[in-house]
Amino acid sequence: MAVADLMDQVATTKLDELVSWCRKNSLWPMPFATACCGIELMATGASRHDIARFGSEVFRFSPRQCDLMIVAGRVVMKMLPVLQRIWQQMPEPKWCISMGACASTGGVFDTYCVVQGIDRFIPVDMYVPGCPPRPEQLIQAVVDLQAKIQREGTIFGREFAVASRQQTKRALQEV
Amino acid sequence: MDALRACVGEVSVSEFRGATRVVVPAATVHDALELLKEKHGFDLLIDVTCVDYLNYPDAKDRFGLVYLLVGTDTNLRLTVRAFVNDPDPTVRSVVDLWEGANWLEREVWDMFGIKFAGHPDLRRILMPHEFTVFPLRKDYPLQGMGERHNFPVLTRGES
Repeated sequence: MAVADLMDQVATTKLDELVSWCRKNSLWPMPFATACCGIELMATGASRHDIARFGSEVFRFSPRQCDLMIVAGRVVMKMLPVLQRIWQQMPEPKWCISMGACASTGGVFDTYCVVQGIDRFIPVDMYVPGCPPRPEQLIQAVVDLQAKIQREGTIFGREFAVASRQQTKRALQEV
Repeated sequence: MDALRACVGEVSVSEFRGATRVVVPAATVHDALELLKEKHGFDLLIDVTCVDYLNYPDAKDRFGLVYLLVGTDTNLRLTVRAFVNDPDPTVRSVVDLWEGANWLEREVWDMFGIKFAGHPDLRRILMPHEFTVFPLRKDYPLQGMGERHNFPVLTRGES
């Protein structure tokens, strides 16, 4: 068999890109729905908007079977330790979408008990604005996250180390 | 009302848009509610809650407790008020009259720090147990005193 014949059947790529390509198309979301954004999250998974078209329809309620946490809704200070525990239980590589104004910034709930943005305490990859966001917005966030994974992903998660340094720097600044 | 007055002493009655309100001395809240329940048919306790009158114009007392009663036979409604003050706001618990008062009184304790003497299980009900202040008091800032920021930061490296 000549080398020219092989060219039709073999594709060459980088291992990182191949792994990222596999990962991005099988995101398994963990729905952390605490408020009205959770209703839009359910609508996103249901037949009309159908997040299955983007390869992430398998919502798992066990964090050990997930690699994408979608935090939908406000997180209060009593819930935050639960959120952090669930985040720690998820196997790596894992990503986080902060869905809605409340999860991202606390929203209108600027009170003593509501955490003012989950990114203060756990790493977040995508922020979805809106109150609550439309399902299309959440789907766009998933698509953007897929692009991000394809763009930055490495087989051993080196990109997470960079993100970790950035987050530590920001956390120190806020203190 | 005369029976109530005979039972607990000084009582003031007012009416607003058909709703009757009775103010009784804090020390006799339990006796008054017991009388209303046993003799006058107010057998259902709808709610126990509280108002903080700090910095309120013309307010003489700090905390105003509110007991909402309904007579299920007569369909009458009655609001019973009692005022308590710092430094040790305490009233007698009514859990022995209505079991349902248990969580209502725990909520008032959690939010306003009013002690209910004789309550079987006076713990915080909404806030975390390590919380040290009473957030619905008017002298507590709306945005808290840093409790919402007091958590460990999980970074990518640690999780």
